[in-house]
Amino acid sequence: MTKNKRLTIPYYRSLNRNIILTIVSVSIIPLILVSSTIYLQYRSSYHEKVYAHLQELVHKHTQNIDSFLSEKLAEIKFLASSFGFEQLARESFLREKLEALQKDYGPVFVDLGVINARGEQIAYAGPFRLAQANYSDAEWFRQAMQRKYFISDVFLGLRGLPHFIVAVRNSFQDNAWILRATIDFVAFNTLVESIHIGQTGFAFILNRQGEQQTTPITKASLGVLPSKTIYTEFLDETGEAPAEIRTLIKPDSSNHKNIYVANFLKNGEWLLVYQQRAKDAFTDLNKTFTITTVMMVLGPLAIALMAFLLSRVIVNRIAKADEEKQMMNQKVIEAGKLASVGELAAGVAHEINNPVAIMVEEAGWMGDLLEEEEFRSSKNLPELQRAISQIQTQGKRCKEITHKLLSFARKTDATVCNVAVNELLGDVVALSAQRAKYSKVEIQTDFKENLPPLKSSPSEMQQVFFNLINNALDAMENIGGVLKLSSRQKNNHIVVEVSDTGRGIPAANLSRIFDPFYTTKSVGKGTGLGLSICYGIIDKLNGKLECKSTVDVGTTFYVSIPLPEDSDSQACEE
Amino acid sequence: MIPPLVMLVDDEAPFVETMAKRLEKRSLDVKTALSGQAALDILSQKPNIDVVVLDVKMPGMDGLETLQKIKANFPLTEVIMLTAHATVESAIEGMKLGAFDYLMKPCDMNRLMDIVTEATRKKRSHEEKIREARVKEVLSTRGF
Repeated sequence: MTKNKRLTIPYYRSLNRNIILTIVSVSIIPLILVSSTIYLQYRSSYHEKVYAHLQELVHKHTQNIDSFLSEKLAEIKFLASSFGFEQLARESFLREKLEALQKDYGPVFVDLGVINARGEQIAYAGPFRLAQANYSDAEWFRQAMQRKYFISDVFLGLRGLPHFIVAVRNSFQDNAWILRATIDFVAFNTLVESIHIGQTGFAFILNRQGEQQTTPITKASLGVLPSKTIYTEFLDETGEAPAEIRTLIKPDSSNHKNIYVANFLKNGEWLLVYQQRAKDAFTDLNKTFTITTVMMVLGPLAIALMAFLLSRVIVNRIAKADEEKQMMNQKVIEAGKLASVGELAAGVAHEINNPVAIMVEEAGWMGDLLEEEEFRSSKNLPELQRAISQIQTQGKRCKEITHKLLSFARKTDATVCNVAVNELLGDVVALSAQRAKYSKVEIQTDFKENLPPLKSSPSEMQQVFFNLINNALDAMENIGGVLKLSSRQKNNHIVVEVSDTGRGIPAANLSRIFDPFYTTKSVGKGTGLGLSICYGIIDKLNGKLECKSTVDVGTTFYVSIPLPEDSDSQACEE
Repeated sequence: MIPPLVMLVDDEAPFVETMAKRLEKRSLDVKTALSGQAALDILSQKPNIDVVVLDVKMPGMDGLETLQKIKANFPLTEVIMLTAHATVESAIEGMKLGAFDYLMKPCDMNRLMDIVTEATRKKRSHEEKIREARVKEVLSTRGF
């Protein structure tokens, strides 16, 4: 049977399928569990790391900006408290101070101005023509008048440029006055601009109205717009600005997930927001995810392929083993059949033997009585005598059959000794020679010389070959032919062939020739036990008895008997 | 010669009866027993039985056991074993234990007659020798 044919049998197909399923599930389930656990762990720790990094960044910059603002405020506070209204109201002095400040801090301070309680700018130093400007309606002025000092949001103001104001309120002769400085927006903007990570990471500052206090550089180039509504997201439930840094992940208007990290500064008035696309922030993680996914696909594919190939090999092995087992079973059944039939036959033969003995005895008694004087004159005397002798003849026939049956189960002389095969064959041929002559059969012998002796019972071996030769002669009865007898050594076996040119055995009968009581001979001619006895004897010696036959050409029996491993057994007694 | 006194032992009654009739017709004295124990009982009443024809396979006490007891108690009595083919080994065993011969069942009457006659002759010659020995002994003790 070829490999593929085996796999078409439903049993092996389902076995094949089960092996594949078992291998695949047993290997893929742990693979998926392990990979996904590791990936998820890695993902969460990577997320934590990224968030921590961003929070640290935002925290540092918040501190920077806060210190920048408080530093500038401190300068103005110092200026206001140390020189007083009279000195500062002089524009020349004010210009002098502005120059001094610009010398220390660069172009951060754009201008200085002194404003009285009515909002009129009394003195001004700076590049713009803002002397005499009235700020009484300006939001920052109202705010600044209510507090000691104030930092405004970014606005355009009178000059039409984005800037913000640091203002300090003082009083002179019960009249409040304000010293204010304009902080250059560009200088301030650089503080935030420098926060720039990856492709899409940038920072910006919002005020309470959600208005931009800085210009993020990336917004034009990447189309990432800083969200205006984000400010409210970071307020806590009471509407107060919480102290800690908070993180938020939220899709923007174009449906990209963004990470927002924010911290309040300037006493909760401003919010520093760091924004980055999640995809960009987790680039490395996404790479890992891709690799994991590829492995998760390729791994199971490789496992499935392996499982497929392996199961084919296993199933083929199993199928082969099953076939061998079936053949073995058949042999065991055959041997068992022979043995049980043998026992049964012996029992039956023994039970039948006694009644037959009695019948023959009774017939003998009748024969004895017929000898008496009164029967002498009977005209039926010859008929009666014939009938009695017939009973005795048939009784003897029964006896022959039962004795053969008994020898089937039990050997008369099973003494094992060294048997010279060729001599034994010669004896058997001599016994059969007379019969062969009557059947017009020519006996040809081809014995290899110097064959090692066999270890077996000579009478049993005689029985085997006598049976085989008799069968061959029967097959050629009336038609004549040639009987070939040959012996040779093959490996550690002695092989004897008995072949005839007789009628042959039809293929249908070939499988049954060793069955007990199977015979094709006419009633009374054969018991059907000859070949099964031979088979039993050869089988006992671990040998083989095989038959090849072609109808109308002839039949050959092969007897193959293993040689003894030790040759020290005794020679046969004559 | 006085006709041999034969005892047939077999558990098959019809076989024993018919065999007895046939042997009597051939002018033999025949006793029958249907078991080993019965055979021993008859022997102890009639120790002058010449030949016992004994079936090997019997229920209860079998042929070999009976043979051993006969040989122990009546050493001069000859025993012929009767056996089916399968019990040839036991027949051989019987020969070793002192049986005179063995026959296969169903047996040929003429052959049985021959063996019985021969066995009787052997037994009687034994008895003759014993008697002669006794005579010699008696003579020698009388101081002749």
